[in-house]
Amino acid sequence: MTSETKKTVLSIKDLKVDFETATGTINAVQGVDIHVQAGETVAIVGESGSGKSQTMMAAMGLLASNGHTRGEVIYEGRNILGLPAGKLNKIRGAKITMIFQEPMTSLDPLYTIGRQLAEPMVVHGGLSWKAAKAKALDLLKLVNIPEPERKINAYPYEMSGGQRQRVMIAMSLANDPDVLIADEPTTALDVTTQAQILDLLADLQKRLGMAVIFITHDLGIVRRIADRVYVMKTGEVVESGETGQIFNQPAHAYTRMLLDAEPTGHKLPVPDSTPVLLEAQKVSVEFELDSGFLKPSHVLRAVDNISFSLRKGQTLGIVGESGSGKSTLGRAVLNLLPAGGRVVFHGQQITGKSRAEMRALRKDMQLIFQDPFGSLSPRMTVGQIISEGLMVHEPALNGRQRDERACQALEEVSLDPAMRNRYPHEFSGGQRQRIAIARTMVLKPELVVLDEPTSALDRTIQKQVVELLRDLQKAHGLTYLFISHDLAVVRALSDTVMVMQRGKVVEAGTVDAIFEAPKSDYTKELIGAALLPQQQMMETA
Amino acid sequence: MLRYVLGRLLGAIPTLFLIVTISFFLIRIAPGGPFDLERPLEAKVMENLNKIYHLNEPLWNQYLLYLQSVARLDFGPSFYFRDFTINELFAESLPISIQLGLSALCLALIVGGILGVSAALRQNKPADYSIMAAATLGVTIPNFVVAPILTLLLGVWLGWLPVGGWNGGAFVNRVLPVVTLALPQIAVVARLTRGSMIEALRSNHVRTARAYGLTSYMIVVVHALRGAILPVVSYLGPAAAALLTGSVVIETIFGIPGIGRYFVQGALNRDYTLVMGTVVVVACFVILFNLLVDLLYALLDPRVRYD
Repeated sequence: MTSETKKTVLSIKDLKVDFETATGTINAVQGVDIHVQAGETVAIVGESGSGKSQTMMAAMGLLASNGHTRGEVIYEGRNILGLPAGKLNKIRGAKITMIFQEPMTSLDPLYTIGRQLAEPMVVHGGLSWKAAKAKALDLLKLVNIPEPERKINAYPYEMSGGQRQRVMIAMSLANDPDVLIADEPTTALDVTTQAQILDLLADLQKRLGMAVIFITHDLGIVRRIADRVYVMKTGEVVESGETGQIFNQPAHAYTRMLLDAEPTGHKLPVPDSTPVLLEAQKVSVEFELDSGFLKPSHVLRAVDNISFSLRKGQTLGIVGESGSGKSTLGRAVLNLLPAGGRVVFHGQQITGKSRAEMRALRKDMQLIFQDPFGSLSPRMTVGQIISEGLMVHEPALNGRQRDERACQALEEVSLDPAMRNRYPHEFSGGQRQRIAIARTMVLKPELVVLDEPTSALDRTIQKQVVELLRDLQKAHGLTYLFISHDLAVVRALSDTVMVMQRGKVVEAGTVDAIFEAPKSDYTKELIGAALLPQQQMMETA
Repeated sequence: MLRYVLGRLLGAIPTLFLIVTISFFLIRIAPGGPFDLERPLEAKVMENLNKIYHLNEPLWNQYLLYLQSVARLDFGPSFYFRDFTINELFAESLPISIQLGLSALCLALIVGGILGVSAALRQNKPADYSIMAAATLGVTIPNFVVAPILTLLLGVWLGWLPVGGWNGGAFVNRVLPVVTLALPQIAVVARLTRGSMIEALRSNHVRTARAYGLTSYMIVVVHALRGAILPVVSYLGPAAAALLTGSVVIETIFGIPGIGRYFVQGALNRDYTLVMGTVVVVACFVILFNLLVDLLYALLDPRVRYD
């Protein structure tokens, strides 16, 4: 592509964004220069808090009321930054459009898809509601929504996340825009859905020729779709250039760190003579849906006849998309849900045990959750959170001993024990996940079920957590049941992998067997969609 | 939809039955009877009265008799207003109370809603603070204080409005009682609307509406307010009940012949049928309003449709 012939459609010059907060001014964006040419895809990459979203929000006049901007945003030779809403509204939604990270909440739950698609066309294109509805139907077809005639009258809650994101894309295209800003549009979606959405965007761009600014933290996506890349860190662009150049010769240390943040390495297998710690035989979980009065109940088999066995020190990775039943399986194994089948832990059957009977075993079988923000009580100090379990499981300890154990646990997860008197909100997502891990480790468990422990974290933090989990496993001979949709992390941590779809096991085997020679189509599709670093290297080579 | 409404109405019958039963026996537990006057009646007269009103029969028999007549929508004769049946009393007073309550409810919704939205749009600015301060006043000052002050000001000193009486529902006679009755509700509605509106304005779909350059009317009214009004709609049920029953004070102060005064008179005079009648009528209204609120909610929010 010869860039000299292309016209620059949008350029951001020396943009600064400040937020006035109770604790002082935060300089979220500190003098950023970004431009995009017609038909080009530009990626803005950075970790959370790097200011990449706020840069584009500022350009669109969508900052929170405490945000202030300086600098210029030039569109068609005119500075649109700080224009009054009336004038800005001639451009945003018509010539510059945006799709957001949260497909589940970005559409109004109270109006039909058709009505929401029609609104910008009525406002900007001057179409009648009827004409706009007709065009909305064409747009739904353009973004490949199944049954568009029916879906146009559907409400957002009746659609999946991927479909809602398609609707958002349709909305962004309604008025034939020059620039499409996509703010992490696939982060909340499953890998296969993400691949479909990326393909759709690339295809539409080819056909319609608009410029795309793609904000993401995922380098796999950048490598796949972007022509040029801007790398942002703490409100500044630290490096920019052609995609190939950034990936092959990163100049800035931060870029190199991002590139190295893909989880790597393999887990060493345990000897075959190691005793089996956990065995699951034909585990099933059923949920009753819609069981109303005088209504036949409908049964959903969330987990369908799943068996596996896990030796001490092994890690079983359970992979699948949302709704595949992988989390439900994890809870069923811990006897947190009523389940059919048999689970044997340490030669002792635990299915059917009452809560009181389970209590003695709970110490040895622990669970770590995905959400590092919601799973720690905001009203307890970190020390209290970590030592709480000891009060139940080791009541003989006194307060001082519990405190000592909490300090040891914090050291083990590489946090300063002096932090134990602080509250969870004072910590970052990665630190909170470390606290959650410390809370588990303080009990010295044997089996830990990890339910997407790294999904809410940035790649660089993710890598640290993965390494921490690996070290802890080695030091204490822990056995992990690792639930994740992130194939790169699963590959780095697991001995064996089980691929789940709709409650059933699609394929199971060793890490190498699954990743190098997948047998089922679904596994192949998952791996193909996952944008794994090594596999992309091979493609480009 | 129709099935849902029918189901809810049928479901109300056991509820009403329970209410009737409990309140029937509760009022009988209270000491004294309808004919216990300061100067006791002659024993023969008393006996005759008790016989006429079936008060000499066993309690369970009286209960069955009452259930029978209620099933025929006949609330029986009043013990205190000797010449009237309860039905006759209500036929006159109930429409007045309903008009009073509904007017107050509409006023509270409109004024409270507008105040709440304006406050939300100017969050943490002087206008917001003054509206919320006024709302706090509205809730805290009881209406038996507001009513005399307004009467004194607008009725006595300025002479713009009549100080009392219903006068067949003439507009000028309505203003003071409706405003007084509505004031605390305006405050509550304003608070509720402000809170949910602030949340709605911050929501992702409103951000989408702004990003797509929609007009401020579409952003505020079409996209933010429709969702924000839902908590207010939920509040309408209890509010309607409060307005109907809370009109006792207002009706007494402004001398309005509504149903409110019968609560007090009925209870003080042990007028069993009158008390029972008011309980049943109010219960019916609460049930009906809750049904209406649920239907309105479903109309506004497609996620809770009853098909």
